[in-house]
Amino acid sequence: MNILSRRIAALGFALLTLTASTAIAQDLRIATEGTYPPWSYVDAKGTLTGWDVDIANALCEVMKAKCKIVAQEWDGIIPGLNAKKYDMIVASMGVTEKRRQQVAFSKKYKNTSSQFVARKGTFADTSPAALKGRVIGVQRGSIQDAYLSASYPDSQIVRYDKTTDVEMDLIAGRIDLLLANRVTSLLGFLKSPQAAGYELVGPEYTGGLLGEGNAIALRKDDAKLLAQVNSAIDTILSNGTYDKIVRKYFDFPLM
Amino acid sequence: MLDFSIMADAFPNLLKGAGMTGRLSILILLLGMMLAVPLAYARNAQSIWLHGPASIYILVIRGIPSLLQVFIVYYGLGQFSFVRNSALWPIFRDPFWCVIIALGLNSAAYTAEIIAGALRQVPKGLVEAAQALGLSWFQTQRKVTIPLAVRAALPAYENEVILTIKATSLASTITLLDLTGAARLEVSNTFAPYEVFLTAGAIYFCITTSLSWLLRRFEVRLSAGHRNEERRVKEFQPVLPGIPDH
Repeated sequence: MNILSRRIAALGFALLTLTASTAIAQDLRIATEGTYPPWSYVDAKGTLTGWDVDIANALCEVMKAKCKIVAQEWDGIIPGLNAKKYDMIVASMGVTEKRRQQVAFSKKYKNTSSQFVARKGTFADTSPAALKGRVIGVQRGSIQDAYLSASYPDSQIVRYDKTTDVEMDLIAGRIDLLLANRVTSLLGFLKSPQAAGYELVGPEYTGGLLGEGNAIALRKDDAKLLAQVNSAIDTILSNGTYDKIVRKYFDFPLM
Repeated sequence: MLDFSIMADAFPNLLKGAGMTGRLSILILLLGMMLAVPLAYARNAQSIWLHGPASIYILVIRGIPSLLQVFIVYYGLGQFSFVRNSALWPIFRDPFWCVIIALGLNSAAYTAEIIAGALRQVPKGLVEAAQALGLSWFQTQRKVTIPLAVRAALPAYENEVILTIKATSLASTITLLDLTGAARLEVSNTFAPYEVFLTAGAIYFCITTSLSWLLRRFEVRLSAGHRNEERRVKEFQPVLPGIPDH
């Protein structure tokens, strides 16, 4: 009797693990940008790394999914998702109304703000009136691009493929200021030795066209994966994994 | 499947971009031609001091991708403070002139190779005959060598023109709103790469094919005398027995 019940239990357990493993054996492809330090970049060894990559891996571990993370140019990242080249975008993407028409967004996984960067002591006032006729660099298709295009009609706005290109041209002096994610500038650009003469100027900007924080983008018809991702975000926020990843890169909280 | 309203909305901006593509192409081809003619003569010269540097220039330029050449001129030169402080900085600061310099130098190498080849094709006998008639070097060039070389170079040069127009799309990587740049901006606003890139592709196609057609007509006009001669030769050819006529 005892042996029998044990056998039944063992069989039940085997069945359970079998069904469980078939249910969770999903392959996910995740896109990130790869040229956006410290969020996602390629390190000296050639591997894709950064805060977003760590978050993506942590989410995959919670979802027990086998994930492949790929780098994708920013201005094609949403079309690529809808063309099913990958299943989700973990790339510090700002949630905006316009993007919401194209994709479904998860819960917020990061708060953000934008701020201008310029040569030290050159600009104190960054209002549209003060920057009239000035050349401002920005990444094409970013929330900062949308914001500048709408709010700074009298400035010359120059659009680049990547933030690293904007930074190079700020140093070269082709642009007077750049507008980018505050933390990106603080920890990516302003930490580099070439950026010694540059600083954040003006106030932090948030909300409106600059988005309601960052979230993970999924295809609109992928409700099942969206639910999984949302619960995985809850899990890593509550079990300390999220904080651990943040501390690896920053000495201040992101949420 | 295709959203025609997106195509229609994007069209005016793409046309503006096509204008920039046209301006870039014309200036690049002009700069390329100006440098290519002396380069071609140097390449064909006897003296190693002339054909050595010309050959090395052509070899190096043709061996490096044009995208890198654009990046070297735009991002590379901008890195040095002596360039930024020089009188030339207003030129190198402007992405427009950077593309023209990079692609103009590039086009010069290819065009020089085409011209040098065409000059070598001119029969030696004709040049010697001209000299025997007492024509100076310049007169020989003007009346004999150049007219024949232009005819020989045109088909290959037509190809170079088309390649240059398409190469101007590299301007979009350094913030210029040429046809490709305008298309990429439209895509980032509409998230509809299929419609926008297809429309941009159609505009490129119209530009390149109509230009190619024009150059062909020019070519036919130049070689009109040649053709008649060929036809006459053909007409006088006797039909040999046993060879099927077709």
